[in-house]
Amino acid sequence: MNNKPRLLSILDVVTIVLLVVATGLVFLYAPTEAVMGQVQRVFYFHVAANWVGMLGFLAAAVCGGFYLRTAERKWDIASLAAVEIGMVFAFIGIVTGSIWARPIWNTWWTWDPRLTTTTIMLLIYSAYLMLRSGIEDPDRRARFGAIYAIVGFLSVPLTFFSARLFRTIHPIVIGTNQPGAAGQFDMTAAMLQVFLFSLLTFTFIFADLLWHRIRLGWMEDRVEQLKMKLNA
Amino acid sequence: MKTEAPLAKRSTQPAGMRASTAYMRAIWAVVWKDLAAELRSRELLSAMLVFALLVILIFNFALELDARTRYSVTAGVLWVTFAFAGTLGLNRSMAMEKDRGCLDGLLLAPVDRSAIYFGKVVGNLIFMLLVEGFVLPVYSLLYNINLFIPGLIGVILLGSLGYVVVGTLLASMAVQTRTRDVLLPILLFPVVIPLFIAAVKASAGCLQGLDMAEIWPWLNLLIVYDLLFTAVAFMVFDYVVEE
Repeated sequence: MNNKPRLLSILDVVTIVLLVVATGLVFLYAPTEAVMGQVQRVFYFHVAANWVGMLGFLAAAVCGGFYLRTAERKWDIASLAAVEIGMVFAFIGIVTGSIWARPIWNTWWTWDPRLTTTTIMLLIYSAYLMLRSGIEDPDRRARFGAIYAIVGFLSVPLTFFSARLFRTIHPIVIGTNQPGAAGQFDMTAAMLQVFLFSLLTFTFIFADLLWHRIRLGWMEDRVEQLKMKLNA
Repeated sequence: MKTEAPLAKRSTQPAGMRASTAYMRAIWAVVWKDLAAELRSRELLSAMLVFALLVILIFNFALELDARTRYSVTAGVLWVTFAFAGTLGLNRSMAMEKDRGCLDGLLLAPVDRSAIYFGKVVGNLIFMLLVEGFVLPVYSLLYNINLFIPGLIGVILLGSLGYVVVGTLLASMAVQTRTRDVLLPILLFPVVIPLFIAAVKASAGCLQGLDMAEIWPWLNLLIVYDLLFTAVAFMVFDYVVEE
Protein backbone atom coordinates (compact mmCIF):
# COMPACT_ATOMS: atom_id res chain seq x y z
CA MET A 1 0.00 0.00 0.00
CA ASN A 2 2.77 2.43 0.90
CA ASN A 3 4.80 2.08 -2.24
CA LYS A 4 3.32 3.13 -5.52
CA PRO A 5 2.83 0.02 -7.67
CA ARG A 6 5.04 -0.20 -10.75
CA LEU A 7 2.08 -0.80 -13.00
CA LEU A 8 0.48 2.44 -11.81
CA SER A 9 3.66 4.39 -12.64
CA ILE A 10 3.62 2.86 -16.12
CA LEU A 11 -0.06 3.70 -16.50
CA ASP A 12 0.70 7.31 -15.50
CA VAL A 13 3.33 7.63 -18.21
CA VAL A 14 1.19 5.94 -20.87
CA THR A 15 -1.75 8.21 -20.03
CA ILE A 16 0.32 11.38 -20.26
CA VAL A 17 1.82 10.30 -23.58
CA LEU A 18 -1.63 9.44 -24.93
CA LEU A 19 -3.02 12.81 -23.84
CA VAL A 20 -0.18 14.69 -25.53
CA VAL A 21 -0.61 12.68 -28.73
CA ALA A 22 -4.40 13.12 -28.65
CA THR A 23 -4.05 16.88 -28.23
CA GLY A 24 -1.62 16.94 -31.15
CA LEU A 25 -3.98 14.90 -33.31
CA VAL A 26 -6.95 17.14 -32.49
CA PHE A 27 -5.09 20.31 -33.46
CA LEU A 28 -2.77 19.13 -36.22
CA TYR A 29 -4.12 15.96 -37.79
CA ALA A 30 -7.91 16.33 -37.71
CA PRO A 31 -9.23 18.31 -40.66
CA THR A 32 -11.01 21.59 -40.00
CA GLU A 33 -14.75 21.17 -40.31
CA ALA A 34 -16.09 22.99 -43.37
CA VAL A 35 -19.04 24.83 -41.83
CA MET A 36 -18.23 25.24 -38.15
CA GLY A 37 -14.48 25.82 -38.44
CA GLN A 38 -12.00 25.54 -35.60
CA VAL A 39 -14.54 25.39 -32.79
CA GLN A 40 -15.61 21.95 -33.96
CA ARG A 41 -12.31 20.60 -32.61
CA VAL A 42 -13.80 20.78 -29.13
CA PHE A 43 -15.99 17.86 -30.15
CA TYR A 44 -13.27 15.24 -29.67
CA PHE A 45 -12.65 16.02 -26.02
CA HIS A 46 -16.25 17.03 -25.34
CA VAL A 47 -17.67 13.64 -26.21
CA ALA A 48 -14.74 11.85 -24.58
CA ALA A 49 -15.23 13.78 -21.32
CA ASN A 50 -18.93 12.95 -21.25
CA TRP A 51 -18.07 9.35 -21.98
CA VAL A 52 -15.83 9.27 -18.91
CA GLY A 53 -18.58 10.96 -16.89
CA MET A 54 -21.08 8.25 -17.77
CA LEU A 55 -18.45 5.56 -17.26
CA GLY A 56 -17.78 6.93 -13.77
CA PHE A 57 -21.43 6.96 -12.77
CA LEU A 58 -21.98 3.50 -14.20
CA ALA A 59 -18.94 2.22 -12.32
CA ALA A 60 -20.23 3.85 -9.12
CA ALA A 61 -23.60 2.09 -9.42
CA VAL A 62 -21.99 -1.27 -10.22
CA CYS A 63 -19.52 -0.96 -7.32
CA GLY A 64 -22.46 0.07 -5.11
CA GLY A 65 -24.24 -3.14 -6.07
CA PHE A 66 -21.14 -5.17 -5.25
CA TYR A 67 -20.83 -3.37 -1.93
CA LEU A 68 -24.37 -4.26 -0.92
CA ARG A 69 -23.69 -7.91 -1.82
CA THR A 70 -20.31 -8.30 -0.11
CA ALA A 71 -20.01 -5.39 2.38
CA GLU A 72 -16.33 -5.15 1.50
CA ARG A 73 -14.65 -1.79 2.05
CA LYS A 74 -12.94 -1.74 -1.34
CA TRP A 75 -16.23 -1.48 -3.27
CA ASP A 76 -17.31 1.57 -1.29
CA ILE A 77 -13.98 3.29 -1.86
CA ALA A 78 -14.16 2.51 -5.58
CA SER A 79 -17.77 3.72 -5.80
CA LEU A 80 -16.96 7.08 -4.22
CA ALA A 81 -13.86 7.44 -6.39
CA ALA A 82 -15.87 6.79 -9.55
CA VAL A 83 -18.53 9.35 -8.57
CA GLU A 84 -15.94 12.06 -7.95
CA ILE A 85 -14.18 11.45 -11.26
CA GLY A 86 -17.50 11.21 -13.08
CA MET A 87 -18.59 14.58 -11.70
CA VAL A 88 -15.39 16.33 -12.79
CA PHE A 89 -15.66 14.98 -16.31
CA ALA A 90 -19.37 15.61 -16.65
CA PHE A 91 -18.61 19.19 -15.69
CA ILE A 92 -15.80 19.37 -18.27
CA GLY A 93 -18.33 18.05 -20.77
CA ILE A 94 -20.75 20.86 -19.94
CA VAL A 95 -18.08 23.56 -20.17
CA THR A 96 -16.65 22.34 -23.48
CA GLY A 97 -20.18 21.95 -24.82
CA SER A 98 -21.00 25.54 -23.90
CA ILE A 99 -17.88 26.78 -25.68
CA TRP A 100 -19.04 24.99 -28.82
CA ALA A 101 -22.71 25.95 -28.44
CA ARG A 102 -22.02 29.69 -28.20
CA PRO A 103 -21.03 30.14 -31.89
CA ILE A 104 -23.06 27.22 -33.29
CA TRP A 105 -26.39 27.51 -31.43
CA ASN A 106 -25.83 31.17 -30.61
CA THR A 107 -26.37 30.50 -26.90
CA TRP A 108 -24.31 29.14 -24.02
CA TRP A 109 -27.17 27.06 -22.75
CA THR A 110 -30.38 25.47 -23.90
CA TRP A 111 -32.72 22.97 -22.26
CA ASP A 112 -31.86 20.16 -24.58
CA PRO A 113 -32.25 16.57 -23.23
CA ARG A 114 -28.53 15.90 -23.06
CA LEU A 115 -27.79 19.18 -21.33
CA THR A 116 -30.72 18.77 -18.96
CA THR A 117 -29.77 15.19 -18.17
CA THR A 118 -26.13 16.05 -17.50
CA THR A 119 -27.14 18.89 -15.19
CA ILE A 120 -29.57 16.74 -13.25
CA MET A 121 -26.93 14.02 -13.07
CA LEU A 122 -24.52 16.52 -11.48
CA LEU A 123 -27.25 17.45 -8.98
CA ILE A 124 -27.87 13.78 -8.16
CA TYR A 125 -24.21 13.18 -7.43
CA SER A 126 -23.90 16.41 -5.42
CA ALA A 127 -26.76 15.04 -3.32
CA TYR A 128 -24.80 11.77 -3.12
CA LEU A 129 -21.82 13.59 -1.63
CA MET A 130 -24.05 15.53 0.79
CA LEU A 131 -25.70 12.31 1.90
CA ARG A 132 -22.32 10.76 2.62
CA SER A 133 -21.05 13.79 4.51
CA GLY A 134 -24.11 13.67 6.80
CA ILE A 135 -23.38 10.16 8.10
CA GLU A 136 -20.67 9.36 10.62
CA ASP A 137 -20.87 5.58 10.83
CA PRO A 138 -18.68 4.32 7.95
CA ASP A 139 -20.75 1.18 7.31
CA ARG A 140 -24.00 3.06 7.11
CA ARG A 141 -22.36 5.74 4.96
CA ALA A 142 -21.21 3.07 2.55
CA ARG A 143 -24.59 1.33 2.46
CA PHE A 144 -26.59 4.50 1.90
CA GLY A 145 -24.07 5.74 -0.66
CA ALA A 146 -24.38 2.48 -2.57
CA ILE A 147 -28.18 2.60 -2.54
CA TYR A 148 -28.28 6.20 -3.70
CA ALA A 149 -25.68 5.56 -6.42
CA ILE A 150 -27.92 2.78 -7.78
CA VAL A 151 -31.22 4.68 -7.48
CA GLY A 152 -29.68 7.83 -8.96
CA PHE A 153 -28.08 6.04 -11.88
CA LEU A 154 -31.32 4.23 -12.75
CA SER A 155 -33.19 7.52 -12.93
CA VAL A 156 -30.74 8.99 -15.46
CA PRO A 157 -32.04 7.18 -18.59
CA LEU A 158 -35.62 8.00 -17.56
CA THR A 159 -34.68 11.66 -17.20
CA PHE A 160 -33.13 11.51 -20.64
CA PHE A 161 -36.19 9.95 -22.26
CA SER A 162 -38.59 12.30 -20.56
CA ALA A 163 -36.56 15.30 -21.66
CA ARG A 164 -36.23 13.81 -25.12
CA LEU A 165 -39.98 13.64 -25.62
CA PHE A 166 -39.53 17.39 -25.91
CA ARG A 167 -37.92 18.69 -29.07
CA THR A 168 -34.13 18.43 -29.28
CA ILE A 169 -31.53 20.36 -31.26
CA HIS A 170 -28.46 18.47 -30.12
CA PRO A 171 -26.64 16.85 -33.04
CA ILE A 172 -26.23 13.09 -32.97
CA VAL A 173 -22.96 12.40 -34.71
CA ILE A 174 -23.02 8.69 -34.03
CA GLY A 175 -26.13 6.81 -35.09
CA THR A 176 -29.28 8.16 -36.67
CA ASN A 177 -30.06 11.82 -36.44
CA GLN A 178 -33.44 13.44 -36.29
CA PRO A 179 -34.38 16.46 -38.36
CA GLY A 180 -34.02 19.81 -36.63
CA ALA A 181 -30.65 19.18 -34.99
CA ALA A 182 -28.36 22.18 -35.41
CA GLY A 183 -24.62 21.80 -35.82
CA GLN A 184 -24.74 18.45 -37.53
CA PHE A 185 -21.76 17.11 -39.46
CA ASP A 186 -20.51 13.87 -40.93
CA MET A 187 -17.15 12.61 -39.75
CA THR A 188 -14.43 12.00 -42.31
CA ALA A 189 -12.11 9.03 -41.83
CA ALA A 190 -9.45 11.25 -40.19
CA MET A 191 -12.02 12.77 -37.85
CA LEU A 192 -13.24 9.33 -36.84
CA GLN A 193 -9.66 8.23 -36.10
CA VAL A 194 -9.04 11.26 -33.89
CA PHE A 195 -12.39 10.80 -32.21
CA LEU A 196 -11.78 7.15 -31.36
CA PHE A 197 -8.27 7.98 -30.19
CA SER A 198 -9.68 10.66 -27.87
CA LEU A 199 -12.12 8.14 -26.42
CA LEU A 200 -9.27 5.73 -25.81
CA THR A 201 -7.15 8.45 -24.22
CA PHE A 202 -9.91 9.56 -21.88
CA THR A 203 -10.64 5.98 -20.90
CA PHE A 204 -6.99 5.68 -19.90
CA ILE A 205 -7.25 8.93 -17.94
CA PHE A 206 -10.30 7.52 -16.19
CA ALA A 207 -8.55 4.28 -15.26
CA ASP A 208 -5.47 6.13 -14.07
CA LEU A 209 -7.39 8.65 -11.94
CA LEU A 210 -9.61 5.93 -10.55
CA TRP A 211 -6.62 3.93 -9.43
CA HIS A 212 -5.04 6.99 -7.78
CA ARG A 213 -8.30 7.93 -6.08
CA ILE A 214 -8.84 4.40 -4.75
CA ARG A 215 -5.32 4.44 -3.29
CA LEU A 216 -6.15 7.78 -1.70
CA GLY A 217 -9.33 6.25 -0.27
CA TRP A 218 -7.32 3.47 1.39
CA MET A 219 -4.91 6.04 2.80
CA GLU A 220 -7.83 8.05 4.19
CA ASP A 221 -9.03 4.90 5.93
CA ARG A 222 -5.58 4.33 7.35
CA VAL A 223 -5.34 7.90 8.68
CA GLU A 224 -8.76 7.48 10.25
CA GLN A 225 -7.65 4.29 12.00
CA LEU A 226 -4.45 5.90 13.26
CA LYS A 227 -6.41 8.85 14.62
CA MET A 228 -8.74 6.51 16.48
CA LYS A 229 -5.78 4.64 17.90
CA LEU A 230 -4.27 7.92 19.13
CA ASN A 231 -7.50 9.11 20.72
CA ALA A 232 -8.18 5.80 22.41
CA MET B 1 -50.53 -16.65 17.17
CA LYS B 2 -50.96 -19.98 19.01
CA THR B 3 -54.65 -20.11 18.42
CA GLU B 4 -54.08 -19.70 14.73
CA ALA B 5 -51.80 -22.69 14.38
CA PRO B 6 -54.47 -25.42 14.28
CA LEU B 7 -56.53 -23.25 11.96
CA ALA B 8 -53.67 -23.02 9.54
CA LYS B 9 -53.19 -26.77 9.67
CA ARG B 10 -56.78 -27.42 8.81
CA SER B 11 -56.98 -24.88 6.04
CA THR B 12 -56.61 -26.23 2.54
CA GLN B 13 -54.61 -23.21 1.34
CA PRO B 14 -51.15 -24.01 -0.04
CA ALA B 15 -48.19 -22.78 2.03
CA GLY B 16 -47.28 -20.02 -0.42
CA MET B 17 -50.70 -18.49 -0.19
CA ARG B 18 -50.61 -18.52 3.60
CA ALA B 19 -47.24 -16.78 3.55
CA SER B 20 -48.59 -14.14 1.23
CA THR B 21 -51.60 -13.45 3.44
CA ALA B 22 -49.23 -13.13 6.41
CA TYR B 23 -47.23 -10.66 4.35
CA MET B 24 -50.33 -8.67 3.48
CA ARG B 25 -51.36 -8.70 7.14
CA ALA B 26 -47.97 -7.28 8.13
CA ILE B 27 -48.31 -4.50 5.57
CA TRP B 28 -51.80 -3.76 6.74
CA ALA B 29 -50.67 -3.66 10.39
CA VAL B 30 -48.11 -0.95 9.59
CA VAL B 31 -50.67 1.03 7.59
CA TRP B 32 -53.19 0.69 10.39
CA LYS B 33 -50.63 1.86 12.95
CA ASP B 34 -49.86 4.97 10.86
CA LEU B 35 -53.51 5.79 10.33
CA ALA B 36 -54.37 5.31 14.02
CA ALA B 37 -51.45 7.49 15.12
CA GLU B 38 -52.49 10.17 12.66
CA LEU B 39 -56.11 9.98 13.74
CA ARG B 40 -55.02 10.78 17.30
CA SER B 41 -52.40 13.45 16.67
CA ARG B 42 -53.56 14.90 13.31
CA GLU B 43 -50.20 16.66 13.12
CA LEU B 44 -49.09 15.29 9.75
CA LEU B 45 -52.20 15.80 7.65
CA SER B 46 -53.02 19.23 9.06
CA ALA B 47 -49.50 20.45 8.32
CA MET B 48 -49.62 19.06 4.79
CA LEU B 49 -53.05 20.56 4.07
CA VAL B 50 -52.24 24.03 5.35
CA PHE B 51 -48.91 23.97 3.55
CA ALA B 52 -50.57 22.93 0.27
CA LEU B 53 -53.05 25.79 0.58
CA LEU B 54 -50.23 28.24 1.23
CA VAL B 55 -48.32 27.07 -1.83
CA ILE B 56 -51.39 27.57 -4.03
CA LEU B 57 -51.90 31.00 -2.50
CA ILE B 58 -48.30 31.98 -3.24
CA PHE B 59 -48.60 30.75 -6.80
CA ASN B 60 -51.71 32.85 -7.20
CA PHE B 61 -49.65 35.98 -6.70
CA ALA B 62 -46.42 34.75 -8.24
CA LEU B 63 -47.97 33.66 -11.53
CA GLU B 64 -51.06 35.86 -11.92
CA LEU B 65 -53.36 32.90 -12.45
CA ASP B 66 -55.82 34.79 -14.60
CA ALA B 67 -58.38 33.15 -16.85
CA ARG B 68 -56.13 33.01 -19.91
CA THR B 69 -52.97 31.51 -18.43
CA ARG B 70 -54.81 29.26 -16.01
CA TYR B 71 -55.14 26.29 -18.35
CA SER B 72 -51.49 26.16 -19.28
CA VAL B 73 -49.98 26.47 -15.79
CA THR B 74 -52.48 24.54 -13.67
CA ALA B 75 -50.70 21.18 -14.17
CA GLY B 76 -47.39 22.67 -13.06
CA VAL B 77 -48.86 24.43 -10.03
CA LEU B 78 -50.66 21.27 -8.92
CA TRP B 79 -47.59 19.07 -9.13
CA VAL B 80 -45.31 21.55 -7.36
CA THR B 81 -47.91 21.75 -4.60
CA PHE B 82 -48.12 17.95 -4.33
CA ALA B 83 -44.35 17.60 -4.33
CA PHE B 84 -43.78 20.17 -1.59
CA ALA B 85 -46.61 18.93 0.61
CA GLY B 86 -45.42 15.38 -0.07
CA THR B 87 -41.88 16.05 1.16
CA LEU B 88 -43.30 17.55 4.32
CA GLY B 89 -45.37 14.43 4.95
CA LEU B 90 -42.59 11.98 4.08
CA ASN B 91 -40.15 13.72 6.41
CA ARG B 92 -42.61 13.77 9.27
CA SER B 93 -43.74 10.20 8.80
CA MET B 94 -40.20 8.82 8.93
CA ALA B 95 -38.97 11.21 11.65
CA MET B 96 -41.82 9.98 13.86
CA GLU B 97 -40.55 6.41 13.53
CA LYS B 98 -37.00 7.43 14.29
CA ASP B 99 -37.57 9.86 17.17
CA ARG B 100 -39.65 7.67 19.41
CA GLY B 101 -37.66 4.54 18.64
CA CYS B 102 -40.64 3.07 16.81
CA LEU B 103 -38.49 1.90 13.93
CA ASP B 104 -36.42 -0.32 16.22
CA GLY B 105 -39.61 -1.79 17.59
CA LEU B 106 -40.94 -2.42 14.09
CA LEU B 107 -37.70 -4.09 13.06
CA LEU B 108 -37.97 -6.50 15.99
CA ALA B 109 -41.25 -7.80 14.62
CA PRO B 110 -40.85 -11.22 12.97
CA VAL B 111 -41.95 -10.05 9.53
CA ASP B 112 -40.17 -9.48 6.26
CA ARG B 113 -38.62 -6.02 6.32
CA SER B 114 -39.98 -5.16 2.91
CA ALA B 115 -43.46 -5.54 4.45
CA ILE B 116 -42.59 -2.64 6.76
CA TYR B 117 -41.44 -0.61 3.76
CA PHE B 118 -44.60 -1.31 1.78
CA GLY B 119 -46.69 -0.54 4.84
CA LYS B 120 -45.04 2.87 5.10
CA VAL B 121 -45.50 3.38 1.35
CA VAL B 122 -49.22 2.64 1.55
CA GLY B 123 -49.59 4.90 4.60
CA ASN B 124 -47.75 7.77 2.93
CA LEU B 125 -49.71 7.23 -0.28
CA ILE B 126 -52.98 7.48 1.65
CA PHE B 127 -51.86 10.76 3.25
CA MET B 128 -50.76 12.13 -0.07
CA LEU B 129 -54.01 11.14 -1.79
CA LEU B 130 -55.99 12.74 1.03
CA VAL B 131 -54.10 15.99 0.50
CA GLU B 132 -54.69 15.76 -3.24
CA GLY B 133 -58.34 14.97 -2.64
CA PHE B 134 -58.49 18.19 -0.67
CA VAL B 135 -56.46 20.33 -3.07
CA LEU B 136 -58.38 19.39 -6.22
CA PRO B 137 -61.84 20.63 -5.16
CA VAL B 138 -60.37 23.72 -3.48
CA TYR B 139 -58.38 24.57 -6.60
CA SER B 140 -61.41 23.92 -8.80
CA LEU B 141 -63.46 26.23 -6.62
CA LEU B 142 -60.90 29.02 -6.32
CA TYR B 143 -60.02 29.19 -9.99
CA ASN B 144 -63.30 28.06 -11.49
CA ILE B 145 -61.75 25.25 -13.46
CA ASN B 146 -62.95 21.65 -13.53
CA LEU B 147 -60.21 19.29 -12.36
CA PHE B 148 -62.36 16.20 -12.00
CA ILE B 149 -61.35 14.56 -15.24
CA PRO B 150 -60.89 10.74 -15.06
CA GLY B 151 -57.60 10.95 -16.98
CA LEU B 152 -56.19 13.53 -14.58
CA ILE B 153 -57.16 11.45 -11.56
CA GLY B 154 -55.36 8.47 -13.11
CA VAL B 155 -52.23 10.55 -13.74
CA ILE B 156 -52.29 11.80 -10.16
CA LEU B 157 -52.58 8.23 -8.85
CA LEU B 158 -49.65 7.00 -10.95
CA GLY B 159 -47.53 10.06 -10.18
CA SER B 160 -48.19 9.95 -6.44
CA LEU B 161 -47.38 6.25 -6.32
CA GLY B 162 -43.97 6.74 -7.92
CA TYR B 163 -43.26 9.78 -5.76
CA VAL B 164 -44.11 7.94 -2.54
CA VAL B 165 -42.22 4.78 -3.53
CA VAL B 166 -38.95 6.67 -4.04
CA GLY B 167 -39.72 9.21 -1.31
CA THR B 168 -40.28 6.62 1.42
CA LEU B 169 -37.02 4.87 0.58
CA LEU B 170 -35.00 8.09 0.54
CA ALA B 171 -36.76 9.53 3.59
CA SER B 172 -35.88 6.45 5.61
CA MET B 173 -32.24 7.12 4.69
CA ALA B 174 -32.44 10.89 5.23
CA VAL B 175 -33.77 10.61 8.80
CA GLN B 176 -30.70 8.59 9.75
CA THR B 177 -28.29 11.38 8.77
CA ARG B 178 -27.10 14.47 10.60
CA THR B 179 -28.86 16.95 8.32
CA ARG B 180 -32.18 15.02 8.24
CA ASP B 181 -35.09 17.17 7.02
CA VAL B 182 -32.91 19.37 4.87
CA LEU B 183 -31.53 16.42 2.99
CA LEU B 184 -34.74 14.77 1.78
CA PRO B 185 -35.72 17.23 -0.98
CA ILE B 186 -32.11 17.40 -2.16
CA LEU B 187 -31.96 13.62 -2.45
CA LEU B 188 -35.47 13.20 -3.77
CA PHE B 189 -36.06 15.93 -6.34
CA PRO B 190 -33.29 15.15 -8.84
CA VAL B 191 -34.34 11.49 -8.84
CA VAL B 192 -38.05 12.19 -9.36
CA ILE B 193 -37.56 14.74 -12.14
CA PRO B 194 -38.51 12.26 -14.90
CA LEU B 195 -41.66 11.44 -12.94
CA PHE B 196 -42.50 15.14 -12.66
CA ILE B 197 -41.92 15.90 -16.30
CA ALA B 198 -44.16 13.01 -17.29
CA ALA B 199 -46.83 13.81 -14.69
CA VAL B 200 -46.97 17.51 -15.58
CA LYS B 201 -47.12 16.84 -19.32
CA ALA B 202 -49.77 14.13 -18.93
CA SER B 203 -51.85 16.31 -16.58
CA ALA B 204 -51.61 19.27 -18.93
CA GLY B 205 -52.64 16.98 -21.79
CA CYS B 206 -55.70 15.82 -19.86
CA LEU B 207 -56.65 19.39 -18.90
CA GLN B 208 -56.36 20.61 -22.46
CA GLY B 209 -58.39 17.65 -23.70
CA LEU B 210 -55.65 16.30 -25.94
CA ASP B 211 -55.98 13.02 -27.79
CA MET B 212 -55.12 9.95 -25.68
CA ALA B 213 -52.50 8.99 -28.29
CA GLU B 214 -50.53 12.11 -27.28
CA ILE B 215 -50.80 11.37 -23.56
CA TRP B 216 -49.89 7.68 -23.69
CA PRO B 217 -46.11 8.10 -24.03
CA TRP B 218 -46.13 10.07 -20.76
CA LEU B 219 -48.36 7.53 -19.05
CA ASN B 220 -46.02 4.75 -20.17
CA LEU B 221 -43.11 6.63 -18.68
CA LEU B 222 -45.00 6.99 -15.39
CA ILE B 223 -45.80 3.26 -15.31
CA VAL B 224 -42.21 2.27 -16.10
CA TYR B 225 -40.95 4.62 -13.38
CA ASP B 226 -43.37 3.19 -10.80
CA LEU B 227 -42.50 -0.42 -11.61
CA LEU B 228 -38.76 0.13 -11.79
CA PHE B 229 -38.45 1.94 -8.50
CA THR B 230 -40.87 -0.32 -6.65
CA ALA B 231 -38.65 -3.23 -7.63
CA VAL B 232 -35.44 -1.40 -6.67
CA ALA B 233 -36.81 -0.23 -3.32
CA PHE B 234 -38.04 -3.76 -2.59
CA MET B 235 -34.52 -5.06 -3.18
CA VAL B 236 -32.53 -2.45 -1.26
CA PHE B 237 -34.77 -1.55 1.69
CA ASP B 238 -33.21 -4.28 3.85
CA TYR B 239 -29.90 -2.42 3.67
CA VAL B 240 -31.47 0.88 4.77
CA VAL B 241 -32.67 -0.45 8.12
CA GLU B 242 -29.83 -2.91 8.74
CA GLU B 243 -27.88 -2.20 11.92
